[in-house]
Amino acid sequence: MSTSPHDFSNRELKISDKQQALRDGIAPYASQLGGLIRALHWVQHKFGYINPEHYVDIADVFNLSVAEVRGVVSFYHDFRTSPPPKHTIRICQAEACQAQGVRALTEAVEERLNTKMNSQTSDGLIELKAVYCLGLCSLGPSMEINGELIAKATVKDLERVKR
Amino acid sequence: MKATISSDSFAVASGVDSVVVELNRHDLSVIKTGSYGLAWLEPVLELEIDSVETTYRNVTPQAIESILKSRANKKHDLQIPNIETHSYYSTQQRLVFDDSGIKPPVTVPDCSLLDSVLNLSPTEIIDAIETSGLRGRGGAGFPAHIKWRTVATTESDQKYIVCNADEGDSGTFSDRMLMEADPFKLIVGMIITGYATGATEGYIYLRSEYPVALNFLQQAIDIAYRENLLGKNIRDSNIDFDLDIFVGAGAYICGEETSLLESLEGKRGEIRSKPPLPAIAGLLGKPTLVHNVISLASVPGIFQIGAAEYGALGVGRSTGTMPFQISGNVRQGGLIELPFGPTVRTLVENYGQGTLSGRPLRTVQIGGPLGAYLTEDELDTPLTYEHLMEIGAGIGHGGLVVFDDTVDMREQAEYAFEFCEIESCGKCTPCRIGSVRGKETVSQMRNKPGGDRIRLIEDLCDVMEKASLCQMGGMTPIPVRSAMQKFPEDFRGVKP
Repeated sequence: MSTSPHDFSNRELKISDKQQALRDGIAPYASQLGGLIRALHWVQHKFGYINPEHYVDIADVFNLSVAEVRGVVSFYHDFRTSPPPKHTIRICQAEACQAQGVRALTEAVEERLNTKMNSQTSDGLIELKAVYCLGLCSLGPSMEINGELIAKATVKDLERVKR
Repeated sequence: MKATISSDSFAVASGVDSVVVELNRHDLSVIKTGSYGLAWLEPVLELEIDSVETTYRNVTPQAIESILKSRANKKHDLQIPNIETHSYYSTQQRLVFDDSGIKPPVTVPDCSLLDSVLNLSPTEIIDAIETSGLRGRGGAGFPAHIKWRTVATTESDQKYIVCNADEGDSGTFSDRMLMEADPFKLIVGMIITGYATGATEGYIYLRSEYPVALNFLQQAIDIAYRENLLGKNIRDSNIDFDLDIFVGAGAYICGEETSLLESLEGKRGEIRSKPPLPAIAGLLGKPTLVHNVISLASVPGIFQIGAAEYGALGVGRSTGTMPFQISGNVRQGGLIELPFGPTVRTLVENYGQGTLSGRPLRTVQIGGPLGAYLTEDELDTPLTYEHLMEIGAGIGHGGLVVFDDTVDMREQAEYAFEFCEIESCGKCTPCRIGSVRGKETVSQMRNKPGGDRIRLIEDLCDVMEKASLCQMGGMTPIPVRSAMQKFPEDFRGVKP
């Protein structure tokens, strides 16, 4: 009897140390409510991003299909599937910041970094991302550099980024 | 000498951490509190020497030296009246934010109010909520007692309380401020709600953009468990209530209650068709009371002053207090808790003191990205659910965003569609595709007269409003239409 190439039943699954570490790390979340999203936060915190190569491990631990895991990862703005650059700059693009000149600020930042919103600098060191509200609306425009919140942001605040 | 300094996100983003380092360098121990809500003054520092308190605004590390020296002789440039006497604060009526900025956020709470409420029967509590007239503070304004009673009377082996802390509307920050200044208010509100409805598990769905709030909430929950405020047989009352935080992952749509429940179950945050209502079949198909942070944090205040007295505050069916938030191009942005009923103008002019740029005010957007743009004339509208509905607007989450006369309303209409495009869950076509078409069409009006495109957008808005599954697509037409109808001069292809 010939076996189909899609029949995995007799194949031995080879799991690397890294895969095993990931599986062990997310296993406690499998029994929790909303465990998949909690686990994805853990993976991203641990490895900096969610490597699509690991979807199969995550799916296995949560008894889901790879499609379901990919579906959740791709739905949320926070989850990234490529390694993060050294610096991440997020600028709020929402109304309260618009009223305080964030469109001009964004243009100035794009010019200074020579990159566009939601992309990286050519040296791959800095990523510029849009965010919709950091909750600092009375003190806009708001920016976040590597997790650090900045009220009344100006182009000068880019000096906080040390390449 | 005692130094108290606000350490909420407003203060953190204004550099409070380096101020604290400087204060410590001068051998001053620092008590960290939440914010009073006078955002433009942050970081606010209060120094107490020989029980005399002096307050300073916009404190920087460089100013500490001179502040400490100045005390002996004359007034410092940064000195301001104490917040309790500041007219921005003293004219407010605070029930939700009464302790905010005053007490450190994570000290062991006074449980006497909770104990007395847990002595009432669940029915008595729900009756009190009905008497108070409390309506959901998240945007829809649905009478709270109806939801409570539905959950309470629906038979089930398990019920849930879910706190919607996915405060994504631009121009709103009251949830964040409350969680950073007085997390116990929310926790106590959730315990009372759980007891009244028979729910023994609660979840706070917190947006990931609020790391400071997460830190305070987690500390508060840990203390609550230690003090037997949470867990089994809380306060020896035979009541069980467990509480957990769930951190979202960046999706505005998860502020919609069914999308939030999907996300809380670990799935894509795609909205569910209603019915069934979450109060009947919500989290994991069980009866679930979903309330916004401020709705739940309003509960203790109702029992503090009495349901009838709470119900007497405000105007008509808009009862109690509402934390309004003013932001955007405004001199004195911040949080103002008042009974329903002040006009938009009162908030923007009396509290806000007009535009920060000094230019004429052109519009105020009320109720977040799905809220209407108001004209100057409409600023005299009282802030109640009913009065705003009359002019086609909504109070939403209580956010007011001020724009000066440099705003291009065509650009704002385009953004309303763009935001819907970015944040749509994609489940229904009017929202998923309508937003894209809307953005394209408004964008084409940049330098060309509106003409047929105006009618096209009207049509599109009709479809989105009537055929979208939830309010994301259904309410995106509100900012678009208000911009087009009230500011037509911006849609004629020539910039004013």
